Amino acid sequence: MTRISLIALGAFAVMASAICLLVLVPQALLRDVVAPPQLQPYTEQQLAGRQVYIQNGCVYCHSQQIRDPAFTTDVDRGWGGRATVPGDYVYDKPHLLGTMRTGPDLINVGQRLPDAEWQLIHLYDPRSVVDWSLMPGFPFLFEEKAPNTVQPADRVVRIPGPRAPRGVVVVAKPEAIALVDYLVSLKRQYPVTHPTSGGTRTAFGGRNATH
Amino acid sequence: MTAPPTGAPSSDAAALGQENVRAVAAARGLAPEDLDIRLRADASSYTVVLVLFAIAIGWLLIGSIFGDIASLKLHWPDFLTRQSWLTFGRVRTAHLHAVNYGWATAALIGTSLWLTPRLVHNELKSPVAALIGGALFTLGIAVGIIGVLLGFSDGMEWLEANRYTAGPLLVIGGGLVGLSLFRTVAARRAAHLYVSVWYILGAFIWFPMLYVTGKWPTWTGVESAAVNWFFAHNVLGFWLTAMSVGAAYYFIPKVLGRPIYSYQLSVVGFWSLAMFYSLNGMHHLVGGPLPTWMITTSIVASVFMFIPVVATGINLHMTVVGRFGALRYSPTLRFVVLGAIAYTAVSLQGSFTALREVNRVTHFTHWTVAHSHVGGYAFVTFVAFGAMYYIVPRLVGHEWPSARLVRWHFNTVLAGIAIYVVSLTWAGVAQGLALLDARLPFQISVERSLPGLYGRSLGGLILTVGHFIFAWHFWRMVRMPTGAQPGARPPFHEAQPILYTDEAEAGRPQTFRAAAHSDQIARAPAAHDGNVRPAQGTS
Repeated sequence: MTRISLIALGAFAVMASAICLLVLVPQALLRDVVAPPQLQPYTEQQLAGRQVYIQNGCVYCHSQQIRDPAFTTDVDRGWGGRATVPGDYVYDKPHLLGTMRTGPDLINVGQRLPDAEWQLIHLYDPRSVVDWSLMPGFPFLFEEKAPNTVQPADRVVRIPGPRAPRGVVVVAKPEAIALVDYLVSLKRQYPVTHPTSGGTRTAFGGRNATH
Repeated sequence: MTAPPTGAPSSDAAALGQENVRAVAAARGLAPEDLDIRLRADASSYTVVLVLFAIAIGWLLIGSIFGDIASLKLHWPDFLTRQSWLTFGRVRTAHLHAVNYGWATAALIGTSLWLTPRLVHNELKSPVAALIGGALFTLGIAVGIIGVLLGFSDGMEWLEANRYTAGPLLVIGGGLVGLSLFRTVAARRAAHLYVSVWYILGAFIWFPMLYVTGKWPTWTGVESAAVNWFFAHNVLGFWLTAMSVGAAYYFIPKVLGRPIYSYQLSVVGFWSLAMFYSLNGMHHLVGGPLPTWMITTSIVASVFMFIPVVATGINLHMTVVGRFGALRYSPTLRFVVLGAIAYTAVSLQGSFTALREVNRVTHFTHWTVAHSHVGGYAFVTFVAFGAMYYIVPRLVGHEWPSARLVRWHFNTVLAGIAIYVVSLTWAGVAQGLALLDARLPFQISVERSLPGLYGRSLGGLILTVGHFIFAWHFWRMVRMPTGAQPGARPPFHEAQPILYTDEAEAGRPQTFRAAAHSDQIARAPAAHDGNVRPAQGTS
């Protein structure tokens, strides 16, 4: 090959066709996906919490997707009652599907662990409630206040056990409260069928998501 | 301590250098006009290549430290938790950006800017644009990393750097480097475009297309997942892999002094890589909530990757076959040949991993991280090290000061990456099998992967030691005045008496004896720059 134009145009054409096939065509096919009626848009606070989730890279250890029970054990493990479908994610921008399960899947964590107090304790110091956990604590989402400076409006978090900090009161910052609000909102348990899930037949690729 | 005095007078070292390089070149059967081409090509790329290599090594050290912190945090979760910027999710992302877009990108752009003028028999055009471009790209990465550490992330893996601050710097910076490269190739004096040039030109067309697609701000829902992995997988294949394969295609035949095995295979390898690699990305979402046909397309394309990988593999490996002994003598060859072997291995592993039955076990586990380090380190980084060992002596005009440091560097990084990959792959399999058994609590998958995580930290720390050795050696190398050459022995000389031939040695000042020998094993005429031609065919 001796011509720059051949290499440049060929390289461009191959990549352009790949972008068409895997980006533009799916975009057109997925345009019809609508939110299932039971799926609520995120509130402002939940979106703020989602931003905290992104900022601190939760996605690098936690996925948010349940795969087909015929393929893996996500459902058997109790992470969700069914495989998730495109309609479950219409309010997600960007997606947080994840590629790693150093920690468990979170797409239904609001169903599994709905207690906001537990979530706050776990965020401050995961090993105070789950001794084998490898999750880092996020003490910077909390304030450690002297007991006499705590305001009535403060969200006080009582850390149990020997790992509790001494002489201070742990108060959740707005970021921690928003993050927990987002986490407990994560539920994709409503039943889906093809029409209501917003999946076009093409978008499902023929797979029955409810089996 | 960097420059013990030698007999070479420093005042007119350059003139003396030219004279002696010519004498050595003549003794090796290199025509004076061919030598001129090389000297002019190297002089034109001198500044930008050295600056980019220095930047690259800086990023390598920074990226190593972030990587080590992230690795330690995975088994010591209470390590450095008080500061938000040191939390795992931010440090990990800083590591990924520093090593891929900082180290590997700067090193491979530098290598490409050095290779291209040599292969087209002309000077580098617009070297200032290339230098500014490299600086802007580096600045963009720095802005992106600082943003991520402060909590500004765009949220998609491999694309976290902010699209409105870092993004334009990356696009303009990469564009300026591309401009310089395209102008250089357009003004070529060699009739033929060698395979390395195809890959380099391709990379500079593909990267902007991918980056703009990935950063387009309108994607939502599962479509953003598709775009995410379309970008994240292709940026390896069309940016880092493309430039690394291009470099391997140059250095292996060059150092061995024999032509590449098959021109036809290099054409097949190039175009089939473009066609099949570009459809791979969705295999990161096997089983996920995307249309099944997209994932199946990527699985099929992943299996078809056998074609480019086997074509390129045969080409590179068959060029070496029969000359493996030369690996003992040349650090460039050692690194690049091992890198090429790792490329074959990591690609076949990738095809295998895309299969649904394998993916059931390996998806969502440390297996993937180990796999990406075989590609990003054992392949790309090894090729970049090999390229630097070859290029820097030709720019600064003297040999690497210490054979021992070269050996320490090689041994530490080889041991480090071996420990890293073996322990983390093992951890991934243990984790994946535990996750696949629903009777086992999640805790078991954590506990069974822990030993592998400790092993990964050990491997990572050894790698970091190797990187500091290399950085120290590079520093000594460029700080040494031209003309000074302690010992004047190329790396690995002790193992390689054959390097020193009488006609090249006799009566020559030490400086250029070593420089001319740097890393060249063979004295065959085929080793001339620009003469590394395909065995058959010229078009």
